[in-house]
Amino acid sequence: MFKLIKAIIDFINSLDKRSGTNGSSTPSTRSDEDKKIKRLLILLPSFFVLLALLSSVYTIDPGEVGVVQRFGKLSSYSNPGLHLKIPFIDSLTKVNVEKVRRIEIGFRSDRARINVLQESLMITKDENIVDAQAIIQWKIKDPGNFLFKVANPDITIKNTAEVALRSVMGITKIDDALTTGRDQIQVKTREFLQTLLDSYSSGVQITDVKLQIVDPPEEVKDAFNEVVRAKEDKERLINEAKAFFEDVIPKARGEAEKMIKESEAYREQRIANAKGDTARFNQIYSEYKKDKEVTRTRIYLERMEEILKRPKKVIGTDSAGGSINLLPLKEVFKD
Amino acid sequence: MMKKFLPIIILLLIFVPTFVFTVDEKEQAIITQVGEFKRAITKPGLHFKKPFIEKITRFEKRILSTDAPPGQYLTLDKKRLVVDFLARWKIVDPLVFFKSVRNLFSANTRIEDIVYSELREELATHNLNEVIAENRELIMDEVKEGSSEKLKEYGIELIDVRIKRADLPAEVQQSVFDRMVAERKRISKRYRSEGEEESAKIRAETNKNKEIILAEAYSKSEKIKGEGDKVATKIYSDSYSRDPGFYEFMRKLDAYDKIIDEKSVIFLPIDSNLLDLIRKID
Repeated sequence: MFKLIKAIIDFINSLDKRSGTNGSSTPSTRSDEDKKIKRLLILLPSFFVLLALLSSVYTIDPGEVGVVQRFGKLSSYSNPGLHLKIPFIDSLTKVNVEKVRRIEIGFRSDRARINVLQESLMITKDENIVDAQAIIQWKIKDPGNFLFKVANPDITIKNTAEVALRSVMGITKIDDALTTGRDQIQVKTREFLQTLLDSYSSGVQITDVKLQIVDPPEEVKDAFNEVVRAKEDKERLINEAKAFFEDVIPKARGEAEKMIKESEAYREQRIANAKGDTARFNQIYSEYKKDKEVTRTRIYLERMEEILKRPKKVIGTDSAGGSINLLPLKEVFKD
Repeated sequence: MMKKFLPIIILLLIFVPTFVFTVDEKEQAIITQVGEFKRAITKPGLHFKKPFIEKITRFEKRILSTDAPPGQYLTLDKKRLVVDFLARWKIVDPLVFFKSVRNLFSANTRIEDIVYSELREELATHNLNEVIAENRELIMDEVKEGSSEKLKEYGIELIDVRIKRADLPAEVQQSVFDRMVAERKRISKRYRSEGEEESAKIRAETNKNKEIILAEAYSKSEKIKGEGDKVATKIYSDSYSRDPGFYEFMRKLDAYDKIIDEKSVIFLPIDSNLLDLIRKID
């Protein structure tokens, strides 16, 4: 501001110098000095008045709150719009209460993503170590408290978030942390973090706690993956066995059905055969009954004729069969 | 008129700041006169003092943090733990604060020392697991209580002490990793044996069911066959029993018919019934 005033004085001086060179030289010097002071006396206060007027008007953008301090003491908050304040006495700080800010735990994503193991490795309830990364989102809910209650709010929130996350991880078992417990961890961390920040009257609202990754540390990752593979092996073995079941049982049922059908067929066949056989017998028998002797002889001779037509025959001279010894058996059985 | 007022304005501009001053919401102040304490100002706003002889010293009124470097602690079960604690505090009595520690830097050192020793004592009475899991917040409350008492002497109010990081020392970490690996191996093995167990169960069950199905089918089918045999036998016997002799005669002929084929060689004695006519001619 002093530079500005100096520039104005220089400007006035240069105006005077120009008028000085135009008019007569030595006698006018005195009156020139007077003129200069007079001009200064008018210009300087009016400049201050102007400055004061300019600095007393301010605007608050949507989503912002203006915090006005009078003599350093918090006097009022101003909502979005045009406002006036007393120059030099009131001071204004604009606070964005809608902007959601974020904090990263366990990693940085400024340019490339960098893991910060020092932050992300933490102990679980069962004394295992997990590698957890999280994003904390927050906004200002009370601009006055935010400005005046806690020094270095950004660092405070970040440190407190670490406190909360580690505290919650400390009451969570590693298997829960890696699988189903994530939501729980997020909710608990958020609650605890909010409680802590409220206890400092920090004026901060935690809007979200998001776990990015929760992994076993690099050193033991293989072993954890092995567990996943073992789980899959288990599933595979069971599925194979189930497939075996699905394969064998229907086949067995089919086989059983076949056995039953076959036996049914056998039954029907047996009965039908019996009926057929006996029907034939009955027919013949009814004829046979009329003249047993003749029919019997006839049937015997007819059938013997038929039967004995086929084989090679040797007719022996006696019933003792002695003549059989003379036969060239090799010749007889040749075919 | 201007000429009259100007010196007054200038004088005011020069002198006002010597007896009027403001205190911000964020700060508090003490007024001293030649090294002697006069009064403390904890309320923000416009305040007055005697020009030139009274001097203002300003202090933070906001909550401050002390983030101590990590230190090693021994727990009751003789496990070592690296703890990085965080203390929040504020200056409640600026005069006492000014007299005893003067500035934030030495206040930080003092707080670190006090909390550190308090924490060391407290952790030595708890097992590692209590520190990590069960009683973390309770333990920290104890530490806070203990340290608060001592810090009052410095005009400091301790708001809380929190464990930021509680880690195992690097050399212990490796053994934790080893244990984790062993534990995972155990779990892997369990999964695989469970799989084999389950699989064997299902396969055995399958085989059992299969045998049952087949056995039941066998018994059923034998019964059906028996039915057939029974009915057939009855039909036969009903029919043949009318003349068993004739049946035997007929059935024997059928049997010969089946037994004797082209390959057979049959010896017919000349004195058989069939050939008796031939014999007569002879």
